[in-house]
Amino acid sequence: MSALSGLRIAVPRGALLGETLDVLDRLGVDTAEVRSNDRKLLFEDAGIVTMRPSDVPTYVEAGAADIGITGKDVLVEQAEREVYELHDLGFGACRMILATVEGPDPAEEALRRLGMVRVATKYPKLAAAYFERTGRQAEIVEVKGSVELAPLTGLAEAIVDLTATGTTLRENGLVERETIFEATARLIANPVAHKLKAAAIDDLLGRVRAG
Amino acid sequence: MVAVIHPIPSGTRDVLPDEMRELRAISDALRGVFDREGYGEIATPSLEHESVLARGGAGGPLPAYRVVDDHGAVLALRSDMTVPIARVVATRYATADPPLRFCYFANAFRSVRPHRGQQREFLQAGVELLGAPGAEGTAEALRVLCASLDATGLEHYRVGLGDASLYPALLAEAGVPEEARAGLLHELSTRDFVGLERKLRALSLSGEARERLLTVPQVRGGEEVLGDGGAGLRAVVELLPDDVRARVIFDLGLVRDLAYYTGAVFEVYDPGLGQPIGGGGRYDELLGRFGRPLPAVGFALTVDSLHVALTGEERLS
Repeated sequence: MSALSGLRIAVPRGALLGETLDVLDRLGVDTAEVRSNDRKLLFEDAGIVTMRPSDVPTYVEAGAADIGITGKDVLVEQAEREVYELHDLGFGACRMILATVEGPDPAEEALRRLGMVRVATKYPKLAAAYFERTGRQAEIVEVKGSVELAPLTGLAEAIVDLTATGTTLRENGLVERETIFEATARLIANPVAHKLKAAAIDDLLGRVRAG
Repeated sequence: MVAVIHPIPSGTRDVLPDEMRELRAISDALRGVFDREGYGEIATPSLEHESVLARGGAGGPLPAYRVVDDHGAVLALRSDMTVPIARVVATRYATADPPLRFCYFANAFRSVRPHRGQQREFLQAGVELLGAPGAEGTAEALRVLCASLDATGLEHYRVGLGDASLYPALLAEAGVPEEARAGLLHELSTRDFVGLERKLRALSLSGEARERLLTVPQVRGGEEVLGDGGAGLRAVVELLPDDVRARVIFDLGLVRDLAYYTGAVFEVYDPGLGQPIGGGGRYDELLGRFGRPLPAVGFALTVDSLHVALTGEERLS
Protein backbone atom coordinates (compact mmCIF):
# COMPACT_ATOMS: atom_id res chain seq x y z
CA MET A 1 0.00 0.00 0.00
CA SER A 2 1.25 3.47 -0.81
CA ALA A 3 2.04 6.11 1.80
CA LEU A 4 -1.49 7.49 1.28
CA SER A 5 -3.10 4.09 2.09
CA GLY A 6 -4.65 3.93 -1.36
CA LEU A 7 -6.22 7.40 -1.23
CA ARG A 8 -6.08 9.65 -4.27
CA ILE A 9 -5.21 13.26 -3.45
CA ALA A 10 -5.92 16.36 -5.56
CA VAL A 11 -2.88 18.63 -5.38
CA PRO A 12 -3.04 22.32 -6.36
CA ARG A 13 -0.54 23.64 -8.88
CA GLY A 14 0.62 27.23 -8.44
CA ALA A 15 1.52 29.03 -5.23
CA LEU A 16 0.45 26.20 -2.92
CA LEU A 17 2.28 23.42 -4.81
CA GLY A 18 5.66 23.54 -3.09
CA GLU A 19 4.40 23.39 0.48
CA THR A 20 1.74 20.84 -0.44
CA LEU A 21 4.46 18.55 -1.77
CA ASP A 22 6.51 19.20 1.40
CA VAL A 23 3.54 17.94 3.45
CA LEU A 24 3.30 14.86 1.23
CA ASP A 25 7.05 14.26 1.55
CA ARG A 26 6.71 14.20 5.32
CA LEU A 27 3.97 11.57 4.91
CA GLY A 28 6.41 9.42 2.97
CA VAL A 29 4.92 10.04 -0.49
CA ASP A 30 7.45 10.09 -3.30
CA THR A 31 6.91 13.51 -4.91
CA ALA A 32 10.11 13.62 -6.95
CA GLU A 33 8.29 12.94 -10.21
CA VAL A 34 5.71 15.67 -9.52
CA ARG A 35 8.46 18.16 -8.74
CA SER A 36 10.40 17.37 -11.87
CA ASN A 37 7.49 17.22 -14.30
CA ASP A 38 5.20 20.21 -14.64
CA ARG A 39 3.27 18.93 -17.64
CA LYS A 40 2.13 15.55 -16.40
CA LEU A 41 -1.13 15.70 -14.43
CA LEU A 42 -1.78 12.21 -13.10
CA PHE A 43 0.77 10.37 -10.96
CA GLU A 44 -0.93 7.03 -10.43
CA ASP A 45 1.80 5.38 -8.34
CA ALA A 46 1.99 8.21 -5.83
CA GLY A 47 -1.82 8.62 -5.77
CA ILE A 48 -1.52 12.27 -6.85
CA VAL A 49 -3.50 14.30 -9.38
CA THR A 50 -2.46 17.89 -10.00
CA MET A 51 -4.76 20.71 -11.10
CA ARG A 52 -5.64 24.37 -10.67
CA PRO A 53 -6.51 25.14 -7.02
CA SER A 54 -10.04 26.14 -8.01
CA ASP A 55 -10.63 22.70 -9.58
CA VAL A 56 -9.71 20.81 -6.40
CA PRO A 57 -13.20 21.04 -4.79
CA THR A 58 -14.77 19.91 -8.07
CA TYR A 59 -12.71 16.71 -8.23
CA VAL A 60 -13.10 16.00 -4.53
CA GLU A 61 -16.85 16.62 -4.48
CA ALA A 62 -17.36 14.21 -7.37
CA GLY A 63 -15.17 11.57 -5.76
CA ALA A 64 -12.64 11.68 -8.63
CA ALA A 65 -10.16 12.35 -5.81
CA ASP A 66 -10.76 11.17 -2.22
CA ILE A 67 -9.03 14.11 -0.58
CA GLY A 68 -7.49 17.36 -1.73
CA ILE A 69 -5.62 20.47 -0.71
CA THR A 70 -6.73 23.95 -1.71
CA GLY A 71 -6.98 27.49 -0.37
CA LYS A 72 -9.78 28.69 1.91
CA ASP A 73 -10.43 31.43 -0.67
CA VAL A 74 -11.46 28.74 -3.18
CA LEU A 75 -13.65 27.00 -0.60
CA VAL A 76 -15.43 30.23 0.35
CA GLU A 77 -16.05 31.08 -3.31
CA GLN A 78 -17.38 27.57 -3.96
CA ALA A 79 -19.32 27.29 -0.70
CA GLU A 80 -21.97 25.07 -2.29
CA ARG A 81 -19.50 22.21 -2.81
CA GLU A 82 -20.27 19.26 -0.59
CA VAL A 83 -16.86 18.44 0.81
CA TYR A 84 -15.54 17.99 4.34
CA GLU A 85 -13.05 20.58 5.50
CA LEU A 86 -10.79 18.55 7.78
CA HIS A 87 -7.73 20.53 8.66
CA ASP A 88 -6.10 23.95 8.44
CA LEU A 89 -2.63 23.23 7.06
CA GLY A 90 -1.44 26.71 8.04
CA PHE A 91 0.65 27.46 4.96
CA GLY A 92 -0.23 29.70 2.02
CA ALA A 93 -1.47 32.44 4.35
CA CYS A 94 -3.24 35.25 2.46
CA ARG A 95 -5.96 37.78 3.09
CA MET A 96 -9.08 38.40 1.05
CA ILE A 97 -9.22 42.17 0.92
CA LEU A 98 -11.14 45.10 -0.46
CA ALA A 99 -8.77 47.63 -2.05
CA THR A 100 -9.10 50.92 -3.89
CA VAL A 101 -6.65 53.51 -5.24
CA GLU A 102 -4.74 55.53 -2.65
CA GLY A 103 -5.95 58.91 -1.53
CA PRO A 104 -9.63 59.65 -0.86
CA ASP A 105 -11.55 56.36 -1.10
CA PRO A 106 -13.42 56.32 -4.45
CA ALA A 107 -15.58 53.39 -3.29
CA GLU A 108 -16.84 55.45 -0.40
CA GLU A 109 -17.55 58.38 -2.68
CA ALA A 110 -19.40 56.15 -5.17
CA LEU A 111 -21.54 54.74 -2.39
CA ARG A 112 -22.27 58.21 -0.98
CA ARG A 113 -23.10 59.91 -4.27
CA LEU A 114 -24.30 57.06 -6.51
CA GLY A 115 -25.54 54.59 -3.88
CA MET A 116 -23.59 51.85 -5.57
CA VAL A 117 -19.99 50.76 -6.00
CA ARG A 118 -18.51 48.76 -8.88
CA VAL A 119 -16.24 45.99 -7.67
CA ALA A 120 -13.92 43.97 -9.91
CA THR A 121 -12.98 40.50 -8.69
CA LYS A 122 -12.10 36.92 -9.54
CA TYR A 123 -14.35 35.90 -6.63
CA PRO A 124 -17.84 37.13 -7.67
CA LYS A 125 -19.85 35.02 -5.23
CA LEU A 126 -17.96 35.84 -2.08
CA ALA A 127 -17.63 39.51 -3.08
CA ALA A 128 -21.39 39.77 -3.66
CA ALA A 129 -22.08 38.01 -0.35
CA TYR A 130 -19.68 40.33 1.48
CA PHE A 131 -21.33 43.50 0.18
CA GLU A 132 -24.76 42.11 0.91
CA ARG A 133 -23.71 41.18 4.44
CA THR A 134 -22.33 44.66 5.05
CA GLY A 135 -25.46 46.31 3.67
CA ARG A 136 -23.94 48.00 0.64
CA GLN A 137 -25.09 47.98 -2.95
CA ALA A 138 -22.44 46.72 -5.35
CA GLU A 139 -22.15 45.85 -8.99
CA ILE A 140 -19.81 42.88 -9.21
CA VAL A 141 -17.63 42.83 -12.32
CA GLU A 142 -16.01 39.45 -12.87
CA VAL A 143 -12.53 39.45 -14.40
CA LYS A 144 -10.24 36.48 -14.95
CA GLY A 145 -6.80 38.01 -14.51
CA SER A 146 -4.91 41.07 -13.14
CA VAL A 147 -7.72 42.58 -11.09
CA GLU A 148 -5.47 45.53 -10.17
CA LEU A 149 -6.05 46.95 -13.62
CA ALA A 150 -9.76 47.54 -13.04
CA PRO A 151 -9.64 50.55 -10.66
CA LEU A 152 -6.75 52.11 -12.62
CA THR A 153 -8.74 52.16 -15.84
CA GLY A 154 -12.13 53.12 -14.45
CA LEU A 155 -13.73 49.69 -14.92
CA ALA A 156 -14.48 49.62 -11.19
CA GLU A 157 -13.95 51.72 -8.07
CA ALA A 158 -12.78 48.82 -5.93
CA ILE A 159 -11.42 45.31 -6.10
CA VAL A 160 -11.88 42.22 -3.97
CA ASP A 161 -8.81 40.02 -4.23
CA LEU A 162 -6.39 37.76 -2.46
CA THR A 163 -3.09 39.19 -1.28
CA ALA A 164 -0.17 37.68 0.58
CA THR A 165 2.28 40.53 1.01
CA GLY A 166 0.43 43.45 -0.56
CA THR A 167 3.33 44.11 -2.95
CA THR A 168 1.28 43.94 -6.14
CA LEU A 169 -1.30 46.27 -4.64
CA ARG A 170 1.33 48.84 -3.64
CA GLU A 171 3.05 48.64 -7.01
CA ASN A 172 -0.25 49.54 -8.66
CA GLY A 173 -1.01 52.40 -6.29
CA LEU A 174 -3.77 50.53 -4.45
CA VAL A 175 -4.40 50.41 -0.72
CA GLU A 176 -6.13 47.80 1.34
CA ARG A 177 -9.32 49.23 2.88
CA GLU A 178 -10.94 46.18 4.49
CA THR A 179 -9.91 42.63 5.33
CA ILE A 180 -12.71 40.18 4.48
CA PHE A 181 -11.11 37.01 5.86
CA GLU A 182 -7.79 35.26 6.24
CA ALA A 183 -7.14 32.26 4.02
CA THR A 184 -4.76 29.33 4.40
CA ALA A 185 -4.46 25.93 2.72
CA ARG A 186 -7.04 23.37 3.84
CA LEU A 187 -7.26 19.60 3.66
CA ILE A 188 -10.67 18.55 2.29
CA ALA A 189 -12.35 15.18 1.74
CA ASN A 190 -15.12 13.69 -0.34
CA PRO A 191 -18.16 12.94 1.88
CA VAL A 192 -18.46 9.33 0.74
CA ALA A 193 -14.71 8.60 0.96
CA HIS A 194 -14.84 10.16 4.45
CA LYS A 195 -17.11 7.25 5.48
CA LEU A 196 -15.99 4.37 3.26
CA LYS A 197 -12.26 5.09 3.68
CA ALA A 198 -12.51 6.43 7.24
CA ALA A 199 -9.48 4.54 8.57
CA ALA A 200 -7.17 5.71 5.77
CA ILE A 201 -8.36 9.32 6.06
CA ASP A 202 -8.09 9.41 9.86
CA ASP A 203 -4.62 7.88 9.70
CA LEU A 204 -3.50 10.50 7.20
CA LEU A 205 -5.11 13.31 9.18
CA GLY A 206 -3.37 12.13 12.34
CA ARG A 207 0.00 12.10 10.60
CA VAL A 208 -0.58 15.54 9.03
CA ARG A 209 -1.54 16.94 12.46
CA ALA A 210 1.55 15.41 14.07
CA GLY A 211 3.59 17.30 11.45
CA MET B 1 -30.04 18.56 -42.02
CA VAL B 2 -29.70 20.69 -38.92
CA ALA B 3 -31.77 19.47 -35.97
CA VAL B 4 -33.99 22.04 -34.34
CA ILE B 5 -33.27 22.29 -30.61
CA HIS B 6 -36.20 23.08 -28.37
CA PRO B 7 -34.62 23.65 -24.97
CA ILE B 8 -35.82 22.28 -21.62
CA PRO B 9 -35.01 23.91 -18.25
CA SER B 10 -31.51 23.24 -16.93
CA GLY B 11 -31.45 20.48 -14.33
CA THR B 12 -34.28 18.61 -16.04
CA ARG B 13 -34.01 15.95 -18.72
CA ASP B 14 -35.79 13.54 -20.98
CA VAL B 15 -35.50 9.82 -20.30
CA LEU B 16 -35.32 7.70 -23.42
CA PRO B 17 -36.06 3.96 -23.70
CA ASP B 18 -32.56 2.52 -23.02
CA GLU B 19 -32.24 4.43 -19.79
CA MET B 20 -35.90 4.04 -18.90
CA ARG B 21 -35.63 0.25 -19.11
CA GLU B 22 -32.81 0.31 -16.56
CA LEU B 23 -34.56 2.79 -14.28
CA ARG B 24 -37.72 0.71 -14.48
CA ALA B 25 -35.82 -2.43 -13.49
CA ILE B 26 -34.49 -0.61 -10.41
CA SER B 27 -37.95 0.68 -9.48
CA ASP B 28 -39.48 -2.76 -9.98
CA ALA B 29 -36.87 -4.35 -7.72
CA LEU B 30 -37.52 -1.75 -5.03
CA ARG B 31 -41.30 -2.04 -5.39
CA GLY B 32 -41.10 -5.81 -4.99
CA VAL B 33 -39.42 -5.41 -1.59
CA PHE B 34 -41.65 -2.56 -0.40
CA ASP B 35 -44.69 -4.61 -1.35
CA ARG B 36 -43.43 -7.78 0.32
CA GLU B 37 -42.73 -5.85 3.53
CA GLY B 38 -46.28 -4.54 3.64
CA TYR B 39 -45.71 -0.95 2.51
CA GLY B 40 -48.71 0.22 0.47
CA GLU B 41 -47.89 2.53 -2.42
CA ILE B 42 -49.47 5.96 -2.44
CA ALA B 43 -49.41 8.99 -4.73
CA THR B 44 -50.04 12.61 -3.81
CA PRO B 45 -50.26 15.73 -5.97
CA SER B 46 -46.99 17.24 -7.18
CA LEU B 47 -48.46 20.63 -6.29
CA GLU B 48 -49.48 21.35 -2.70
CA HIS B 49 -50.54 24.48 -0.87
CA GLU B 50 -47.34 26.21 0.13
CA SER B 51 -48.64 26.55 3.69
CA VAL B 52 -48.85 22.74 3.96
CA LEU B 53 -45.27 22.20 2.83
CA ALA B 54 -44.09 24.98 5.13
CA ARG B 55 -45.14 22.84 8.09
CA GLY B 56 -42.01 20.83 7.36
CA GLY B 57 -40.45 23.58 9.43
CA ALA B 58 -37.74 26.18 9.18
CA GLY B 59 -34.62 24.67 7.69
CA GLY B 60 -36.84 21.98 6.24
CA PRO B 61 -37.11 21.06 2.60
CA LEU B 62 -38.36 24.42 1.43
CA PRO B 63 -40.10 24.33 -1.93
CA ALA B 64 -38.06 25.86 -4.73
CA TYR B 65 -40.90 26.49 -7.18
CA ARG B 66 -44.13 28.31 -6.48
CA VAL B 67 -47.04 29.25 -8.68
CA VAL B 68 -50.07 31.38 -8.06
CA ASP B 69 -53.17 29.63 -9.39
CA ASP B 70 -56.19 31.25 -11.04
CA HIS B 71 -57.81 31.74 -7.61
CA GLY B 72 -54.78 33.47 -6.16
CA ALA B 73 -53.73 30.49 -4.02
CA VAL B 74 -49.96 30.00 -3.63
CA LEU B 75 -49.02 26.47 -4.63
CA ALA B 76 -45.61 24.87 -4.53
CA LEU B 77 -43.96 21.82 -6.07
CA ARG B 78 -43.18 19.33 -3.31
CA SER B 79 -39.51 19.00 -2.38
CA ASP B 80 -39.93 15.57 -0.81
CA MET B 81 -42.69 13.05 -0.05
CA THR B 82 -42.34 12.92 3.72
CA VAL B 83 -44.28 16.14 4.33
CA PRO B 84 -47.14 15.27 1.90
CA ILE B 85 -47.45 11.83 3.49
CA ALA B 86 -47.62 13.43 6.94
CA ARG B 87 -50.54 15.48 5.60
CA VAL B 88 -52.26 12.39 4.18
CA VAL B 89 -51.91 10.50 7.45
CA ALA B 90 -53.33 13.36 9.53
CA THR B 91 -56.30 13.89 7.21
CA ARG B 92 -57.13 10.47 5.73
CA TYR B 93 -55.88 8.17 8.49
CA ALA B 94 -56.82 10.34 11.47
CA THR B 95 -58.22 7.42 13.43
CA ALA B 96 -56.45 4.42 11.84
CA ASP B 97 -54.53 2.18 14.22
CA PRO B 98 -50.76 2.47 13.90
CA PRO B 99 -48.37 1.33 12.68
CA LEU B 100 -49.03 2.56 9.13
CA ARG B 101 -46.72 1.60 6.28
CA PHE B 102 -46.52 3.54 3.02
CA CYS B 103 -44.17 3.58 0.07
CA TYR B 104 -43.94 5.89 -2.93
CA PHE B 105 -42.27 6.46 -6.26
CA ALA B 106 -42.60 10.15 -6.90
CA ASN B 107 -40.84 13.06 -8.53
CA ALA B 108 -39.66 15.72 -6.13
CA PHE B 109 -38.37 19.19 -6.96
CA ARG B 110 -35.51 21.13 -5.47
CA SER B 111 -33.35 24.01 -6.52
CA VAL B 112 -29.97 22.45 -7.03
CA ARG B 113 -26.90 23.29 -8.99
CA PRO B 114 -27.15 20.94 -11.94
CA HIS B 115 -24.12 18.67 -11.86
CA ARG B 116 -23.46 15.00 -11.69
CA GLY B 117 -26.45 13.17 -10.25
CA GLN B 118 -28.25 16.33 -9.10
CA GLN B 119 -31.43 17.42 -10.80
CA ARG B 120 -34.18 19.97 -10.29
CA GLU B 121 -36.73 17.22 -10.73
CA PHE B 122 -35.81 13.76 -9.57
CA LEU B 123 -37.49 10.45 -8.87
CA GLN B 124 -37.48 9.37 -5.26
CA ALA B 125 -38.36 5.90 -4.05
CA GLY B 126 -38.99 5.57 -0.36
CA VAL B 127 -40.98 4.31 2.58
CA GLU B 128 -42.52 5.88 5.65
CA LEU B 129 -43.25 3.84 8.78
CA LEU B 130 -45.63 5.76 11.03
CA GLY B 131 -46.49 4.91 14.62
CA ALA B 132 -43.55 2.57 15.17
CA PRO B 133 -41.51 4.21 17.90
CA GLY B 134 -37.88 4.01 18.84
CA ALA B 135 -35.32 1.40 18.04
CA GLU B 136 -37.79 -1.19 16.65
CA GLY B 137 -39.13 1.22 14.04
CA THR B 138 -35.68 2.43 13.04
CA ALA B 139 -34.39 -1.14 12.78
CA GLU B 140 -37.30 -2.08 10.50
CA ALA B 141 -36.58 0.90 8.22
CA LEU B 142 -32.89 -0.07 8.00
CA ARG B 143 -33.78 -3.68 7.28
CA VAL B 144 -36.17 -2.68 4.48
CA LEU B 145 -33.57 -0.21 3.15
CA CYS B 146 -30.88 -2.89 2.85
CA ALA B 147 -33.30 -5.48 1.42
CA SER B 148 -34.32 -2.91 -1.23
CA LEU B 149 -30.73 -2.10 -2.19
CA ASP B 150 -29.84 -5.80 -2.29
CA ALA B 151 -32.77 -6.38 -4.65
CA THR B 152 -31.38 -3.83 -7.13
CA GLY B 153 -28.07 -5.69 -7.24
CA LEU B 154 -26.01 -2.97 -5.56
CA GLU B 155 -23.19 -4.80 -3.81
CA HIS B 156 -20.72 -2.56 -2.04
CA TYR B 157 -22.97 -0.02 -0.36
CA ARG B 158 -22.69 0.93 3.31
CA VAL B 159 -25.18 2.69 5.54
CA GLY B 160 -23.90 5.53 7.73
CA LEU B 161 -25.91 5.68 10.97
CA GLY B 162 -25.91 8.66 13.29
CA ASP B 163 -28.19 10.46 15.70
CA ALA B 164 -29.52 13.97 15.02
CA SER B 165 -30.11 14.53 18.74
CA LEU B 166 -26.57 13.59 19.76
CA TYR B 167 -24.70 16.82 19.06
CA PRO B 168 -27.36 19.17 20.45
CA ALA B 169 -27.29 17.03 23.63
CA LEU B 170 -23.49 17.27 23.80
CA LEU B 171 -23.70 21.05 23.42
CA ALA B 172 -26.20 21.30 26.27
CA GLU B 173 -24.14 18.96 28.44
CA ALA B 174 -20.97 20.98 27.86
CA GLY B 175 -22.80 24.13 28.94
CA VAL B 176 -22.44 25.88 25.57
CA PRO B 177 -24.55 29.05 25.76
CA GLU B 178 -27.84 28.83 23.85
CA GLU B 179 -26.91 31.62 21.42
CA ALA B 180 -23.68 29.92 20.34
CA ARG B 181 -25.25 26.54 19.54
CA ALA B 182 -26.76 27.40 16.16
CA GLY B 183 -23.38 28.58 14.88
CA LEU B 184 -21.68 25.35 15.93
CA LEU B 185 -24.44 23.24 14.37
CA HIS B 186 -24.03 25.28 11.18
CA GLU B 187 -20.31 24.39 10.99
CA LEU B 188 -21.21 20.75 11.50
CA SER B 189 -23.92 20.77 8.82
CA THR B 190 -21.57 22.44 6.33
CA ARG B 191 -18.93 19.80 7.26
CA ASP B 192 -16.37 22.41 8.22
CA PHE B 193 -14.31 20.99 11.08
CA VAL B 194 -11.79 23.83 10.83
CA GLY B 195 -14.59 26.35 11.39
CA LEU B 196 -15.99 24.20 14.21
CA GLU B 197 -12.64 24.14 15.99
CA ARG B 198 -12.31 27.89 15.62
CA LYS B 199 -15.76 28.59 17.04
CA LEU B 200 -15.18 26.16 19.91
CA ARG B 201 -11.90 27.87 20.78
CA ALA B 202 -13.66 31.22 21.00
CA LEU B 203 -15.99 29.87 23.70
CA SER B 204 -14.97 29.59 27.34
CA LEU B 205 -15.15 25.82 27.77
CA SER B 206 -13.02 23.36 29.68
CA GLY B 207 -10.31 21.79 27.53
CA GLU B 208 -11.99 18.43 27.95
CA ALA B 209 -15.43 19.64 26.83
CA ARG B 210 -13.93 21.40 23.81
CA GLU B 211 -12.00 18.29 22.81
CA ARG B 212 -15.16 16.19 23.08
CA LEU B 213 -17.21 18.61 20.98
CA LEU B 214 -14.54 18.57 18.30
CA THR B 215 -13.67 14.88 18.19
CA VAL B 216 -17.05 13.19 18.72
CA PRO B 217 -18.56 14.42 15.39
CA GLN B 218 -15.50 13.09 13.56
CA VAL B 219 -15.93 9.60 14.98
CA ARG B 220 -17.06 6.94 12.53
CA GLY B 221 -16.45 3.22 12.39
CA GLY B 222 -17.75 -0.04 13.81
CA GLU B 223 -19.60 -0.71 17.05
CA GLU B 224 -16.43 -0.08 19.03
CA VAL B 225 -16.89 3.68 18.47
CA LEU B 226 -20.19 3.74 20.37
CA GLY B 227 -19.04 5.03 23.73
CA ASP B 228 -21.33 6.97 26.01
CA GLY B 229 -23.97 8.86 24.06
CA GLY B 230 -24.37 6.06 21.54
CA ALA B 231 -26.88 4.11 23.65
CA GLY B 232 -29.76 4.88 21.29
CA LEU B 233 -27.82 3.61 18.28
CA ARG B 234 -26.67 0.49 20.10
CA ALA B 235 -30.31 -0.37 20.80
CA VAL B 236 -31.07 -0.05 17.08
CA VAL B 237 -28.15 -2.12 15.87
CA GLU B 238 -28.85 -4.94 18.30
CA LEU B 239 -32.20 -5.46 16.57
CA LEU B 240 -30.62 -5.78 13.12
CA PRO B 241 -29.97 -9.08 11.34
CA ASP B 242 -26.27 -9.78 10.78
CA ASP B 243 -26.19 -8.92 7.08
CA VAL B 244 -27.69 -5.47 7.73
CA ARG B 245 -25.49 -4.96 10.79
CA ALA B 246 -22.41 -5.60 8.65
CA ARG B 247 -23.44 -2.72 6.35
CA VAL B 248 -23.63 -0.13 9.13
CA ILE B 249 -20.92 2.47 9.69
CA PHE B 250 -21.58 4.46 12.85
CA ASP B 251 -21.07 8.14 12.23
CA LEU B 252 -21.49 10.34 15.29
CA GLY B 253 -21.18 13.51 13.20
CA LEU B 254 -23.81 12.58 10.62
CA VAL B 255 -26.21 15.42 9.94
CA ARG B 256 -28.91 15.48 7.30
CA ASP B 257 -29.92 18.61 5.46
CA LEU B 258 -33.55 18.31 6.49
CA ALA B 259 -34.45 19.88 9.81
CA TYR B 260 -37.34 17.61 10.80
CA TYR B 261 -35.16 14.71 11.96
CA THR B 262 -35.24 14.08 15.71
CA GLY B 263 -33.25 10.89 16.35
CA ALA B 264 -31.50 8.22 14.33
CA VAL B 265 -30.47 9.43 10.86
CA PHE B 266 -28.83 7.46 8.09
CA GLU B 267 -27.30 7.82 4.65
CA VAL B 268 -26.38 5.33 1.93
CA TYR B 269 -22.86 5.42 0.47
CA ASP B 270 -21.44 3.46 -2.41
CA PRO B 271 -17.94 3.48 -3.91
CA GLY B 272 -19.61 3.92 -7.32
CA LEU B 273 -20.80 7.47 -6.53
CA GLY B 274 -19.17 10.46 -4.82
CA GLN B 275 -22.38 11.55 -3.09
CA PRO B 276 -24.92 9.74 -0.90
CA ILE B 277 -27.56 7.76 -2.82
CA GLY B 278 -30.25 8.53 -0.30
CA GLY B 279 -30.99 8.49 3.37
CA GLY B 280 -33.55 8.98 6.05
CA GLY B 281 -34.20 8.99 9.74
CA ARG B 282 -36.63 9.45 12.58
CA TYR B 283 -38.97 12.43 12.56
CA ASP B 284 -41.01 12.01 15.71
CA GLU B 285 -42.42 15.55 15.80
CA LEU B 286 -43.46 16.21 12.19
CA LEU B 287 -46.83 14.37 12.35
CA GLY B 288 -47.78 16.39 15.45
CA ARG B 289 -47.55 19.59 13.38
CA PHE B 290 -50.33 18.17 11.22
CA GLY B 291 -52.46 17.27 14.24
CA ARG B 292 -51.81 13.55 14.53
CA PRO B 293 -48.75 13.07 16.73
CA LEU B 294 -47.08 9.79 15.80
CA PRO B 295 -43.44 8.74 16.01
CA ALA B 296 -42.17 8.03 12.50
CA VAL B 297 -39.20 6.93 10.47
CA GLY B 298 -38.57 6.72 6.74
CA PHE B 299 -36.04 6.80 3.96
CA ALA B 300 -35.84 7.99 0.37
CA LEU B 301 -33.53 6.81 -2.38
CA THR B 302 -32.80 8.95 -5.41
CA VAL B 303 -33.41 6.47 -8.22
CA ASP B 304 -31.07 8.27 -10.66
CA SER B 305 -28.24 8.24 -8.10
CA LEU B 306 -28.83 4.55 -7.44
CA HIS B 307 -28.62 3.98 -11.19
CA VAL B 308 -25.33 5.91 -11.43
CA ALA B 309 -23.94 3.94 -8.47
CA LEU B 310 -24.91 0.62 -10.08
CA THR B 311 -23.18 1.69 -13.29
CA GLY B 312 -20.20 2.87 -11.22
CA GLU B 313 -19.90 -0.53 -9.54
CA GLU B 314 -19.88 -2.17 -12.98
CA ARG B 315 -17.02 0.11 -13.98
CA LEU B 316 -15.04 -0.51 -10.78
CA SER B 317 -15.35 -4.29 -10.94
